[in-house]
Amino acid sequence: MLATLSNATQQITLSARNLTRSFGKRPVIHDLTLELKRGEVLGLLGHNGAGKSTTLQMLTGCLLPDSGEIDICGISLQKNPAIAKSHIGYLPESPPLYRELSVEKYLLFAARLRGMKQDEISDALIQVLQRCGLEPVRSKMISTLSKGYQQRVGIAQAIIHKPDVIILDEPTVGLDPAQIRDIRHLIRELGNTGSVILSTHLLGEVESVCDRVEIMQNGRLIYGDSSDRMQHYGEVFGFTISLRHPPALIELESIAGIESVEQLSETEFRILHTQDNNPGSALLSLAAEKGWQLTQLTPLHATLEDVFVRITSEDKS
Amino acid sequence: MIRLIAMRELRSLFSMPSTWFVLAALQFIFAWFFLARLEAFLEIQPQLALLANPPGVTSTVGAPLFNTASLLLMMLVPMFTMRLIAEERRNQTLALLLSSPVSDTRIVLGKFVGLLFFLLLLIAPLPLMLYTLSLGTHLDHGLLLANCTGLVLLIASYVALGLYVSSLTTQPIIAAIGSLAILAGLWLADIGAPSADSPWHQFSPLYHFQNFNSGLLDSSDAAFFVLFTLFFLLLTAKRLHNNRIYG
Repeated sequence: MLATLSNATQQITLSARNLTRSFGKRPVIHDLTLELKRGEVLGLLGHNGAGKSTTLQMLTGCLLPDSGEIDICGISLQKNPAIAKSHIGYLPESPPLYRELSVEKYLLFAARLRGMKQDEISDALIQVLQRCGLEPVRSKMISTLSKGYQQRVGIAQAIIHKPDVIILDEPTVGLDPAQIRDIRHLIRELGNTGSVILSTHLLGEVESVCDRVEIMQNGRLIYGDSSDRMQHYGEVFGFTISLRHPPALIELESIAGIESVEQLSETEFRILHTQDNNPGSALLSLAAEKGWQLTQLTPLHATLEDVFVRITSEDKS
Repeated sequence: MIRLIAMRELRSLFSMPSTWFVLAALQFIFAWFFLARLEAFLEIQPQLALLANPPGVTSTVGAPLFNTASLLLMMLVPMFTMRLIAEERRNQTLALLLSSPVSDTRIVLGKFVGLLFFLLLLIAPLPLMLYTLSLGTHLDHGLLLANCTGLVLLIASYVALGLYVSSLTTQPIIAAIGSLAILAGLWLADIGAPSADSPWHQFSPLYHFQNFNSGLLDSSDAAFFVLFTLFFLLLTAKRLHNNRIYG
């Protein structure tokens, strides 16, 4: 039982090998290789124009790569497009909605288009309406819905046929914070049964929903790791302290273990130290002894922003 | 899948108020023209009766009615075909079709069949109007059948051409003007050609409709329509495929 379970979680649902693509003479994607396992949510992170959308379009068969291969659940997208594509659910950058149809009719169309059988459709419809919170608007025309609801209809059409690979291009754009939370929760849930790729430039999104991150820059994947580990990428060790009666800078620098001190304001300092030598306690006792009156001590925490900027700027240099 | 796409196309068409407006306006025009021709026929009927072999009501009322319809539809069909692909591209709904497990040919056929079915509904009242005359007189069923067949083939060729032009652009209005320009151009080249055996005649769908209009079922005319339609449908499928190559 355990073996089959781990087997299922390890199954590779999408693999792209050595994709290249250019528009005219301008190369957009260079030699991109990507793999996605079942039960995984992969975040594709990058600046605007890094090639995220182009990559996703190629993975869904909307755009043919110049060279390279794409397999969906082991089926070649180029050789067997009809079968491979039935395993894909895709939400493009702007949701592909027929605004003149009602939500229900539209979702039924999407389900049939993906080759779902008639008897499966009604259950799938009820489920997807409930999952995406669309029940109150099920019979409304899509054009009358708010942007947030339209985005949810877009997500609903991508998941109604329960695809193995769900590809979402900036799924939370235009949603309010509560909706963003709901959708992220939904994506997390989808990632448990199938596999999800989402592109985003919101780092918080990656932090909260993705298992793995790939960073794209100028059509290349320049960094890939689990999102936990990415947060520790190039992490700095140190803290910021506030002292009501600060001593001279030299006095602080002379404490054993402290590598450098930077004065941020009159009372605030940023202190860096090495990984295995934490001068925290020494600093505390000194502060108490000499009456510096420590009011705050916050460990430095690298945010994803820092990491992202560091990785992308490293690549440039 | 073809039927699914065709049904979606129809549903979208009928959800637009403009469709109903065009439908109503065109029925009004057809009916008006029909009644005007009928009135004219009734006026000259006494003189016609003196002729040895007088033309019947089908050829004096029916054939001109179909002829008018063929011209009106030349201008009208581009208004309907313009949306088919250009608007999907503009609203970015094309991604849904392109990422679905449906071949390009089926997408094209679905759209073609959907609109063709709508246009058949649009012209269905023509034979019905004429058949009301059978209450009072005998109709030439052969001539009517030839006209109906011709008109359906003609419309199919219009739709195929319009579909192709629509697949070339992102702006529906450009697609409309483009296909209208091509259809009108072919027609003008046909009626403007000086000699009777000029090759320009051969390219015009309306020229090939003339034989059907006068009750002559010529297989070469039918073949022209079939080839014309298939040619543009294939080009459209090719264009959709190129969409994936050139983005």
